[in-house]
Amino acid sequence: MTARSKRTHRLQATGWAIAAVVLVAGSIPWFLWRDSTVVAGLPLWLWWHVGWLCLASFSFLAFTRYGWGIGVESGAMIGTSPSDDTVEVRTDD
Amino acid sequence: MTETAIQLGIVGGYMIAAAAIGLVAYRLTDRTAEDYYLASRTFGTVVLLFTTFATLLSAFTFFGGPNLTYAAGPEWILVMGVMDGIIFAVLWYVLGYKQWLVGQHHGYVTLGEMLGDRFGSRPLRGLVAAISLFWLFPYVMLQQKGAGQAIVGLTDGAVPFWVGAGGITLFMIVYVAVSGMRGVAWTDTLQGLLMLGLVWAAVAWVLSAVGGPAAATARLAETNPEFLALGGGLYTHEYVISTAISIAFGVTMFPQINQRFFVARSERVLKRTLALWPVLVVLLFVPAFMLGAWAAGLGVTVPENGNVVPAILNEYTAGWFTAAVVAGAMAAMMSSSDSMLLSGASYLTRDLYRPLTDLADADDSAPSRGSPLARVRARLRAVAVSLGRLLASERDREALVARTGVVVFATVSFVASLYAPGTLVQIGDTAFGGFAQLALPVLVALYWARTTRWGMYAGIGGAQLFYLASVFLPMVPGSYLGGWSASVVGMLLGLALTVGVSLATDAAPGEDATVYTVSGIEGE
Repeated sequence: MTARSKRTHRLQATGWAIAAVVLVAGSIPWFLWRDSTVVAGLPLWLWWHVGWLCLASFSFLAFTRYGWGIGVESGAMIGTSPSDDTVEVRTDD
Repeated sequence: MTETAIQLGIVGGYMIAAAAIGLVAYRLTDRTAEDYYLASRTFGTVVLLFTTFATLLSAFTFFGGPNLTYAAGPEWILVMGVMDGIIFAVLWYVLGYKQWLVGQHHGYVTLGEMLGDRFGSRPLRGLVAAISLFWLFPYVMLQQKGAGQAIVGLTDGAVPFWVGAGGITLFMIVYVAVSGMRGVAWTDTLQGLLMLGLVWAAVAWVLSAVGGPAAATARLAETNPEFLALGGGLYTHEYVISTAISIAFGVTMFPQINQRFFVARSERVLKRTLALWPVLVVLLFVPAFMLGAWAAGLGVTVPENGNVVPAILNEYTAGWFTAAVVAGAMAAMMSSSDSMLLSGASYLTRDLYRPLTDLADADDSAPSRGSPLARVRARLRAVAVSLGRLLASERDREALVARTGVVVFATVSFVASLYAPGTLVQIGDTAFGGFAQLALPVLVALYWARTTRWGMYAGIGGAQLFYLASVFLPMVPGSYLGGWSASVVGMLLGLALTVGVSLATDAAPGEDATVYTVSGIEGE
């Protein structure tokens, strides 16, 4: 792995990690705390939550397309460098 | 009386259907442990999604959850959403995908096996299995107790508790012993689809009877305006976050869930499951938990020790429908218990029983010399080994040991459920927090090559001791700094201990960090 591709890899990993934290943090509408507005028969905060989880689903879908493997596959072990020891797992469908 | 007959008929019908599925699965199961416990790692998207889902939350969806929202307001939907829809999904990737890769390559069946191999330590493997069984056993006992009580309630006491709980236990033993993971997962799939259908039918029926969601919510606003405002009462920031974190991490270490990380057929299955997860959580929990909250507004009264969902259905829908939902929930209880039984048995036989006899196998021919103590140990091992041989012939030793494990586990937990001593009940009730204490040391081990055996001992042992103390010792508080639960504090303690002690110690001979460095290539 070249230094440049390593840097890109790290950048992507950081980006996805931030996205995950945002997804967790935003799933509860903290700004609506103690709010009891009802829209179409359900509390507004519940609509936010439902919408957010749908957004999460799409984000996960995007992640499986563009980010899958980041941080988990070889080289992700902190403290070792990916080398010839790395084992490959065949995952043919 | 006819209603009782219908309810028993529905439970009976479910059992027959499950038995039929088990039989088909048995015909497809060969006699290796990997096939019995993991269905040879061949699960597709729908089966993996629903078996994990049904295993995870079945009885809670119909009973426990709606009872909570009935009593405290619908915010538990948020706890479930964050916990199950998002944090668990992220862990599904970070922990689950990693475990799947490592498991595919090295053929692991249990969590203890995976850790024991990496750290070259049988005691660590045994420790993880023992801790898991410590929390799992009372939890299974509570399920059996619940099922027994449900039968008593269903028949108005005509069937005594021990017959109900015993009958269900016997059915589960036969079923799990025969069909293994494949049969368990197939019934879970049927179960999950059924639950989803039933819960939407229930909400539609009740809402059409009371004039739609707007009318139901308006009634709730009159009687419990507090319920519609986000937060308040039980729901503090600290409570919501602590509960979501603790349960999400705890769930990943529950043996029956953790073992499902090993069973996907391909990466594609894991990916699809990940993307579908939050949607499924919304589809199941929003209607089920809102039903509980609406029941409070509609003035539904719940009998003591009863559940709110059957109560509201009794009032607004037909008797047979209530029966179907109650029977479905009971069947759901069985479906999560049988998964736990199977996984518990695999921990018992593979991580505790087998290492003991294998050890003896290796030393079998060694001449007896050395100290008297060593001679006694050698003799004890020889006894263990002959017991192992007595239990099973060479050919299907593994399969028989596995099934024996199921029978032993289920029988002992059934006997315990007859007495249900207070201590065991308390352990079962706090099991999620107990499992959560395992999660961070395991995560550290999977990703940080510097982790040492002693770091693992310290992290796992320290967190467990702290959490147990907070549950059982009155002088150790259960919440900290204005409402953070002991479970979350224990998790952080475990993390600090694992990292700190690892930094202070060196890798022992036999440890091999490269075991967890695996890469994935997807063949499309």
